[in-house]
Amino acid sequence: MLTLFYKVLFMDSQHPPLETLQDIKRMMEQSSRFISLSGWSGISAGVCALLGATAAQLRIVSYLQALRGDHTYESYYRGDTNSLSASAAALYNDLFLIAGITFIAAFISSFLFTRARSRRNGTSMWDRTVQRLAWNTVLPMMVGGFVILRLVESGFYGLVAPCCLIFYGLALVNASKYTLGEIRYLGYGQLILGIINLWTGGWGLYFWAAGFGILHIVYGAFMWWKYERQA
Amino acid sequence: MKNPIENLNKIFDSRIRMGVMSILIVNEEVSFNDLKQMLDVTDGNLASHMVNLEENGFIKVHKGFIGRKTNTTYSITRAGEKAFKDHIEALENMIKGMK
Repeated sequence: MLTLFYKVLFMDSQHPPLETLQDIKRMMEQSSRFISLSGWSGISAGVCALLGATAAQLRIVSYLQALRGDHTYESYYRGDTNSLSASAAALYNDLFLIAGITFIAAFISSFLFTRARSRRNGTSMWDRTVQRLAWNTVLPMMVGGFVILRLVESGFYGLVAPCCLIFYGLALVNASKYTLGEIRYLGYGQLILGIINLWTGGWGLYFWAAGFGILHIVYGAFMWWKYERQA
Repeated sequence: MKNPIENLNKIFDSRIRMGVMSILIVNEEVSFNDLKQMLDVTDGNLASHMVNLEENGFIKVHKGFIGRKTNTTYSITRAGEKAFKDHIEALENMIKGMK
């Protein structure tokens, strides 16, 4: 009786309603969101961040050791009274270098993983959804970049790490409308860490490593488990 | 008894027309080529469906140029939005009714 009713209902339409609704939802998402973002991208970016943070930490420790040792070998040799500020400048220089390398390595590795997944899915790497995603991620990060540049110029080094986390968090929340929505929670995590870190200045590197390293890895592993495991 | 399919819109019976509406309802403006690619259909096939939707007042056509090539884009109309939402609602009601 039920099957008869069912058959009469769909005599003139080829698709049962549930399937049709799923089709509609799928097309809405595929046309408005970039869905090939790979979990491996998150994991690789996180690993790069942890390596970068370790390198930065080692560099800072070596700087502090030099400070504690009154005079470094070089300054003693040269009788240079300016050596402390000179080596501080060298420290910042090295830290920027490490940050730059970390960012580029993280970007390239995540790009490669996502491109691989995009190829498997047969979606384009530069269609409308990608362009929108890119613009909406880059805009908050670019604004953050200017703010951080000004902070460094003004000597507010303690605010650099929290501002990185906060602007990156905002970028991710903004991006979540244009890709797999779960990235929003990664954004919330960065924002929380960033806000706490505004008042815990000396711990910047640890918060930075937690946000960009550990949160990325956790997020990436979760996304891989949810979307790519079976593939 | 109320006929459960009376709110289903015949126009959206075709998978392609339904696909076009699904895409246009979440995107402000979509070009003919993007639609073709997303729905995986031929030019002629898609064009005839687009004419049908336009004649029903569900979509608006914008003809423009990129250099010398024509660039036709489409957007959804108020009427189209309402008709599509009613259609989805009717589908949902059918599912609820089956349980």
